Amino acid sequence: MTWLPSGLRGRLVITFLLVAVTASTVVTGLGYQIVRRGLLDRAERGAVADVRETLSRTTLPIGVSDVVWPSDTTVTEDDLGQVVHALEAPERTVIVTYGRLLRTSPGFEFTIADVPRRLREQAAGRLVHQRVLLRRRPWLIVATQIQRETGQGVVRPTGLTAYVFVPLSEEDAVLSRLRTALAQAGGITLVLALTLALLSARRVLLPVRRLGAAARALGSGDLHVRLPVRGRDELAELTATFNETAAALEETVGELRTLESMSRRFVADVSHELRTPLTAMTAVTDMLSEDAENLPDDAGEAVRIVVREIGRLRVLVEHLIEISRLDAGAARLHRETVDVGDALADCLEVRGWADKVKLTVPVGLTFSLDIRRFDVIVANLVGNALNHGAPPVVVTARVRVRPDASRGLEVTVRDHGKGIPEHALPHVFERFYKAGADRARSVGSGLGLAIARANAELHDGSVTAERREPGILFRLWIPTP
Amino acid sequence: MAGILLVEDDPSVRTGLELALTRQGHAVTAYATGEEALDHIRTRRPEIAILDVMLPGIDGVEVCRRIRRLDPLPIILLTARGDDLDVVVGLEAGADDYVVKPVEPRVLDARIRAILRRLESASPDRLVFGDLVIDRGALKVSLAGREIHLTPTELRLLLELVRRPGQVLTRRYLLRAVWDHTHVADSRLVDACVQRIRAKVEPVPADPVYIHTVRGFGYRFSPP
Repeated sequence: MTWLPSGLRGRLVITFLLVAVTASTVVTGLGYQIVRRGLLDRAERGAVADVRETLSRTTLPIGVSDVVWPSDTTVTEDDLGQVVHALEAPERTVIVTYGRLLRTSPGFEFTIADVPRRLREQAAGRLVHQRVLLRRRPWLIVATQIQRETGQGVVRPTGLTAYVFVPLSEEDAVLSRLRTALAQAGGITLVLALTLALLSARRVLLPVRRLGAAARALGSGDLHVRLPVRGRDELAELTATFNETAAALEETVGELRTLESMSRRFVADVSHELRTPLTAMTAVTDMLSEDAENLPDDAGEAVRIVVREIGRLRVLVEHLIEISRLDAGAARLHRETVDVGDALADCLEVRGWADKVKLTVPVGLTFSLDIRRFDVIVANLVGNALNHGAPPVVVTARVRVRPDASRGLEVTVRDHGKGIPEHALPHVFERFYKAGADRARSVGSGLGLAIARANAELHDGSVTAERREPGILFRLWIPTP
Repeated sequence: MAGILLVEDDPSVRTGLELALTRQGHAVTAYATGEEALDHIRTRRPEIAILDVMLPGIDGVEVCRRIRRLDPLPIILLTARGDDLDVVVGLEAGADDYVVKPVEPRVLDARIRAILRRLESASPDRLVFGDLVIDRGALKVSLAGREIHLTPTELRLLLELVRRPGQVLTRRYLLRAVWDHTHVADSRLVDACVQRIRAKVEPVPADPVYIHTVRGFGYRFSPP
């Protein structure tokens, strides 16, 4: 199980996370905006109402006629200071302008230049306000031209413009806390979503994984594998289909195996049945050969053919029995430590090949192998070389370490005949394979090399063939057990 | 020329082998069943018995076992398969050798002659190894004063081993010396024969004191 998102599991988790993150972002973002607007609107409304109320309460004895108008030149900076003073409050700072004159709350850090121009223009006609960031702190600026009501009830502009700065730091602190809280909540949501996503992906994918494991088991030959079908979803359906497929496969394979074992048994039985008549025939072949000398030419030739073909038939039946035993898996390995030189010499001597084969083996070379199977392998390789190749036939044996570091016994059998074409090489170990018309089987069963290879494989080893100029080199490899 | 008892149920095989062995100079008496053969042995003792393993009624291995109870007569089994089990069971039952069907008469003759090869009783000395006494002149073996009956093959193997006490003799050497190297190094012949000798001469066959196994090589005779 990997923790990196990959495959179906990764995609499921990522999708789940995306949905969760998007949903929570939208919800918290909207909520934050609503809260923010509400908070700021309330602060603005309060501030504006406050300024309005303060202005309406304020009576200003400014100028000569108590009535100020924009072109009155008698207004002094002190007059403006009075207005500033009237409008000031603990949470408010003020700038008042009149024509060229300007007065600011004492110690105030901002100037009229900090008021956006648009706001200054609009302030001439009515009461306006705007939120601004000054020195990275939020402020509300309420701006208006102060109006005066004359004795006749006529409202007139005075030319005095007041800019009231209300700090929004409290609201900002609240919003900041809210943001922190929302970010934390978002983080927790993310972790929860990830956990949930992993868990649910695991849950959803568990049946898929089981199916995968079962399919692998099926592939590696365990045809009994079945899965419990739970629920009624698509996966359950798939599981049921898998089970049906496995059952069908098991049945088919079972039938095939039965057929195969029947045919193998048939071959084995036929070979065994052939053995008894062959034994009787073999028993009298020597007598026939001896007596053939005294027969007329054609009858003598006929007898010699019978004798020779009985010999071939005998080898064929031997090989059929051997191969059907190997096929049936009935062959067992009996390893013992053997002097390889002795074993090879015995193999050649018993078959009367000692004079025809050049044998090169280190003295005292010992190896653990099944001596009778080893004898069968070597006999088939040498027999093949003698029958199909040309002398000299050279046999060597040595213990060596291969490039892949495996250690074992290597026996080579080399003839110096015409060889066989490259394309035919891999097929020479097939049963009844004929390597070209000139290699027609006048001798041998056609099974010798197949038997040699099967016996080598029983040792976990191999037999391979390589072209040489001239001839073929067969290489028997038996790894150290 | 040897008196051969042949037991083989198939008439053609029986007649064929009888003809071939007779041609090679043996006097063959052939039977189709083990029961008949056992009756025959009681009245006229052959020099060697050749038994087919697959017989109707009591099989060749059982015939071999029954003969062994009475007689150290050399026995060759004629097995249809060369199957490991057949061979091992046959050798355990006391057979001296085996051949696999279809067998060439020349090969069978060579085996017979190898088994019947006369033991040279040239050296008239008696060898004494504790309780075990081997009389090479009279070809007799006794353990604690009681005579032990060994088959010719067993006796030949024992004599081969005691000829060089303390020395390891390989299975291959023993096969050549005792069986005339007719088999391709089938060490089971040696192993089975050693087991049979141990059963007769060793006080505790599972823990031998005379014939020791040298793993991977062969056997060594070293008296206690």
